[in-house]
Amino acid sequence: MTITDNVILEDFGTGSFRKPIKEIEEKWKLVPAFLKIKGLVRQHIDSFNYFINVEIKKIVEANNKVTCDADPLFYIKYTNVHVGTPDVDEGFNISKPTTPHECRLRDMTYSAPISVDIEYTRGGQRVARTGLLIGRIPIMLKSSNCVLSNKSEFELAKMNECPLDPGGYFVVKGQERVILIQEQLSKNRMLVEEGKWGTQCQVTSSTHEKKTRTIVFIKGNKYFMGHNIFTDPIPVSVVFKAMNVLSDKEICELIGISDIHKLTPTMEECHKLKIYTQEAALRYLGSKIIAKRYAPSASKVKTPTDEARDLLATTVLAHVPVEDFDFRLKAVYLGLMTKRVIQAQTDKKFLDDRDYYGNKRMELAGSLLSLMFEDVFKRFNYDLKSIAEKTIPKIRATQFDVVKYMRSELIANCLVYAISTGNWTIKRFRMERLGVTQVLSRLSYISALGMMTRVNSQFESTRKVSGPRSLQPSQWGMLCPSDTPEGESCGLVKNLALMTHITTDIDEYPLIRLVRNCGVENIEMVASIAIHSSAAFIVFLNGNIVGITTNYRKLLKVFRLMRRKGKISNYVSIYPSFLHKCVYISSDGGRLCRPYIIVEHGIPLVNKHHMDELENGIRSFEDFLHDGLIEFLDVNEENDSYIACYEKDITVQTTHLEVATFTLLGVCAGLVPYPHHNQSPRNTYQCAMGKQAMGTIGYNQRNRMDTLLYNLVYPQIPMCKTKSIELTNFDKLPAGQNATIAVMSYSGYDIEDALILNKASIDRGFGRCLVYRNSKCIMKRYPNQTFDRIQGPLIDTQTNQSMWRHSCLDNDGIVSPGEQIQNKQILVNKSVPTVSAVPGATSNVAVEYKDTPLAYRNIESSYVEKALITTNEEDTTLIKILLRQTRRPEIGDKFSSRHGQKGVVGLIVEQEDMPFNEQGVCPDIIMNPHGYPSRMTVGKLMELLSGKAGTVEGKFHYGTAFGGSKVEDVGYELTRHGYNYQGKDVFYSGITGEPLEAYIYSGPVYYQKLKHMVQDKIHARARGPRAVLTRQPTEGRSRDGGLRLGEMERDCLIGYGASMMLVERLMVSSDQCEVDVCNQCGRLGYCGWCNSCKSSGQVSTITMPYACKLLLTELQAMNITARLSLSHYCK
Amino acid sequence: MDTLHDEKHRIILNEHKIVNNNSTSPTVLDDKFDIKKFRKIFRVVIVRHENYEMEFDLIGLHPFLANTFRRLILSDVPSMAIEKVHILNNTSIIQDEILAHRLGLIPLKADPRLFEYKSNWSAAANEKDTLEFELKIKCSNNKDSSKKESSRAEDIYKNTNVYSKHIKWIPTGNQKSKFKESDVGPIHPDILIAKMRPGHELDLKLVAVKSNGRDHAKFSPVATAFYRLLPDIKIVKPVEDEAAYRLQKCFSPSVITIRTQNNKKIAVVKDSRYDTSSRNVFKYDDLKDSVVMSKIQDHFIFTIESVGAMQPEVIFKEAVTILKDKCLSLLAELNS
Repeated sequence: MTITDNVILEDFGTGSFRKPIKEIEEKWKLVPAFLKIKGLVRQHIDSFNYFINVEIKKIVEANNKVTCDADPLFYIKYTNVHVGTPDVDEGFNISKPTTPHECRLRDMTYSAPISVDIEYTRGGQRVARTGLLIGRIPIMLKSSNCVLSNKSEFELAKMNECPLDPGGYFVVKGQERVILIQEQLSKNRMLVEEGKWGTQCQVTSSTHEKKTRTIVFIKGNKYFMGHNIFTDPIPVSVVFKAMNVLSDKEICELIGISDIHKLTPTMEECHKLKIYTQEAALRYLGSKIIAKRYAPSASKVKTPTDEARDLLATTVLAHVPVEDFDFRLKAVYLGLMTKRVIQAQTDKKFLDDRDYYGNKRMELAGSLLSLMFEDVFKRFNYDLKSIAEKTIPKIRATQFDVVKYMRSELIANCLVYAISTGNWTIKRFRMERLGVTQVLSRLSYISALGMMTRVNSQFESTRKVSGPRSLQPSQWGMLCPSDTPEGESCGLVKNLALMTHITTDIDEYPLIRLVRNCGVENIEMVASIAIHSSAAFIVFLNGNIVGITTNYRKLLKVFRLMRRKGKISNYVSIYPSFLHKCVYISSDGGRLCRPYIIVEHGIPLVNKHHMDELENGIRSFEDFLHDGLIEFLDVNEENDSYIACYEKDITVQTTHLEVATFTLLGVCAGLVPYPHHNQSPRNTYQCAMGKQAMGTIGYNQRNRMDTLLYNLVYPQIPMCKTKSIELTNFDKLPAGQNATIAVMSYSGYDIEDALILNKASIDRGFGRCLVYRNSKCIMKRYPNQTFDRIQGPLIDTQTNQSMWRHSCLDNDGIVSPGEQIQNKQILVNKSVPTVSAVPGATSNVAVEYKDTPLAYRNIESSYVEKALITTNEEDTTLIKILLRQTRRPEIGDKFSSRHGQKGVVGLIVEQEDMPFNEQGVCPDIIMNPHGYPSRMTVGKLMELLSGKAGTVEGKFHYGTAFGGSKVEDVGYELTRHGYNYQGKDVFYSGITGEPLEAYIYSGPVYYQKLKHMVQDKIHARARGPRAVLTRQPTEGRSRDGGLRLGEMERDCLIGYGASMMLVERLMVSSDQCEVDVCNQCGRLGYCGWCNSCKSSGQVSTITMPYACKLLLTELQAMNITARLSLSHYCK
Repeated sequence: MDTLHDEKHRIILNEHKIVNNNSTSPTVLDDKFDIKKFRKIFRVVIVRHENYEMEFDLIGLHPFLANTFRRLILSDVPSMAIEKVHILNNTSIIQDEILAHRLGLIPLKADPRLFEYKSNWSAAANEKDTLEFELKIKCSNNKDSSKKESSRAEDIYKNTNVYSKHIKWIPTGNQKSKFKESDVGPIHPDILIAKMRPGHELDLKLVAVKSNGRDHAKFSPVATAFYRLLPDIKIVKPVEDEAAYRLQKCFSPSVITIRTQNNKKIAVVKDSRYDTSSRNVFKYDDLKDSVVMSKIQDHFIFTIESVGAMQPEVIFKEAVTILKDKCLSLLAELNS
């Protein structure tokens, strides 16, 4: 038989012609099932739950003992730690449970106490205490300790919380803050790449105690190991000797390459240095250690040899365990690193890709907080220790009781500070990151959701490297390909796709046992030569060598079987690398993974029966996992699988089937109908703009008092929906309106994407929005027993009415709800005592007050929605006033469709002037057709058609990515209702009354009103305030500033030769000033008098910019005289 | 309709554009215009008149005139609408401005011809130019035990939905004698204004005035007024059998019938009036050339959808009056 026959047999002979796989109908319904149990922000909540329930206990256990040098008997031992439920301190040590909404309104922190059980010595006694408060931790909303978790819609409504709110953020000082997902290179993994001197293999080891980096690299023809604790790179052979691998042969075996000659120079190095024993090698290493800055106390001084041995065991490749100074495992690991370097030298395919998502880990709120908590907990213990050391030697009346010195402020303040500023400073690891947290943007529901799925890359945005910014093939299905900002952080800030899950840490021990049972030999039992033999596969677990196996297929099969059977966690991944001859098992946290339907022998395991059960509610997503029908694959394992997108693509080799293709997009990109028909940047633009669209924030939006909140008056569900819209609940909290658009030109006011709006539509409520703004003031108390006060309105004695500025005030001096408030009117009539410092004399004198009213500053008036009087955490009175404006669209307001087609209103036209069709329909918006050819947003055309068919048919059409209603079907639906199948109608001109020559493409398109409105930007100035120092007009709209004539504008005027215009713009209209100059000495004088000449004889007055005069006087102040010599202008 | 009558000016609907579009018939501005001839050919035919909707044909008119009437109806014929809302109490969830906006859009039953334009906003309201209403409603728990088990908001609470029927007219001056109670008030009783829950209360005084659609769309007396040209469809090549049925489907129902002739099914135009100009024939390459779709250029099918304050024919007459007044005042201007 020839080879070709073989192929045919394989393809047809065995299974003959297979039946085509029937499409699993409605299999996308697994996505809502997935989201039901996981939710859109599950990764944050899972990670935080893991921290407060598991990780925090581990941290406390790892640092559970505090001892003291002063008293050997003294100790504190933490036996347990517990995170409570959120509460607030109401003073007098009374605390009451709180809700997130209360914290938002009262500017408080939604936090829970951390209490510990301890055992310690007081005097000679051993005392046990339980439930001791050591600090407070902000609680993530909807986490296990949050009051909102597992609550029904009704209960949530009772707590003023929106049931659709995803949670996953913190409320700190009344502000909602998100800890963004941080993307970074995975820890404890070998990474081979081109380095400074050539190929190098680096490992960033990370354990609870240490975080170090070890590099093996080639320099010249020798291999070195580099590490921060050594002053110079160390030849690899020396390190091996220090690890008690003494024979050169064994070193070569451990490195395990066929061509031993490559190692000769390195081995020679050892002989040159005369290192033949472990002792000698350690001594050599000891001499290379970087000297510590602080010399430890004399008793602890170790010999360099001991120190080198210690460091080698604990710091070099810190994640590889060393027990009793048995370096065997570490030597194997180092050997493997060297092997990788040597392999990569000749064969470039051994180089790893830094940007590959299998090499990346996501850091979430939980892991970031645990770093922070461990740091501050260590500091807390250190403080206790130093207090004990200071106080115990003193002779005191009372016994020393440490508990009294346990202050909860340290831990509470540290965590609150970190979250509220986003400055993540961890001294232990010398880590300093800024902007880890961000204020949750509540512009619209989608913007809040989009923020929760955001992934921030650690990479600096200033460097101009394209690699980390470009789209990685391995990001398929894990990160949204569309949703990234434009500009400097393009490609560095990403968003999770709809079904992405991020793993948390999983216990390794059961995995090791399972692997051992699958016939993996312990590495310590294997001869060095066997490790790199051709049959053996090295098995790694989270970057550590577990052992080697000769039957890797069995290992994979058994392992996957156990996972599908639910015997080990679903989120453990295993994959072989034939290049490295390794099997990698990962159970660490932060891996990206997503669910897939398992396919066996070319048949997907999920069938219609299962889907029916899901439909009927007797099967949940978890059952699919338990039954081994669906499994989670991480990026690495995904790369080892053969995944079919659709049933029709399934072959015998297929291992998995995609659940739903549209889940490849994220939350924001999911809003776009027919995104697969758009030019890709358009989808990216929409992702950015969807976050600026105003609409609804949540069901609790009327209870909120945000600094700025935009609402649409009549939000609508888009006529052309997508499945993602339903899954993200955008249809319940929409942000936009279905506008009937006509694609045609109209007047000249529609150039450059401007839109023409129908006035009648605006009259009837199109694009109307509400803008809420709040004003805050706090009533302080001062050390001298005085305090701020509010007084009622001042009454004009003649008319017996309150003065105009106070006309909106109630008798209590705070505006009353429902009032219309004009510019410069007063919201709160507050006054502050003039003297607030601690007085020398007694304060019985009547306190004098200075008026510091809270005034309304805006040209347009507002209405007072409500006023809130409460106290904040410091027990000071807090007054919040919510102001409301209702705005109708005006020329210059920004609108956008869902296809990145933004435009401003160019003209508002009376209905009578609008074109109308044979049904009498006038468009709401006229859009210029020039918007299409260059943008190629075919999706918008299709949205219009689907929307139109939907309106005449009375149903919603779908424009789901890679699916949705087909143009042909939609066209047929239109013809059924007497419309043109292309969506083009006969229109009549509203101005001439004649039919338009062209057929007009018209129908409903979903339009979003964006937050940029003319009213907030309008600015002009004729005269106004000037800066004090330079007397030039102030800058900026908020200070009523002037409009700057900049350098380039100035250059134009110079080029044109308009000198008088220049004088006017740069001096007369700015900071003109009259200066007296002495003709004799050339210095400045004043009032016609020259002070240096002591005469008024030669003084003349000239005009110059004040800035120039300022310069002259400033120079004079520096003892530099600038002399002006004057001459007649026209001579 | 006689489709073979060919001296009429037509526009032809081609696949991609409309041709012969510009009207060539003489206008009043032309020398050719002859009032006698115009009188002879001009006809108004009322086709349909039901409730507040009327469809009638204007035949023998230049498009600019038909359009003038449409424009006048949309934004010059006045009507009454709520313009000012005095909010004495509003504890409901809906914001004052939004509530006022919603109230303004409610069509009112009041003949605008019996009122005057309000000339001066600072002047006190009088019976000739304003109508006053009040909306006083309070939501409370429903004590009716028969509805205890229900979970519908309408059953649990009283007055949970505020409808337009809750608006009460308050006659001022001689309005009580001038109008009947049934003549004034919202046209539709079931327009939802607001939703409330126990404790919410509305106490509003509403002031309706007369104005026109140019001021605000709420003053427009019509939902819409528009016209279209009379379609005229001709089959120029015989279409038979399967193609005939296909052709039939390309038009609105009843436009084309199938007649049996010599054992063949032949498509024949029956009545092209209600064709929607969907031009779906162009989907089929074989049928494309067998039909000519056109529209009669001076035959307007005019539709007025009245909001309800006035009958459509009254609105049209009002529009004619306004045009006449405008012409007279223009003449007066010119002559002076």
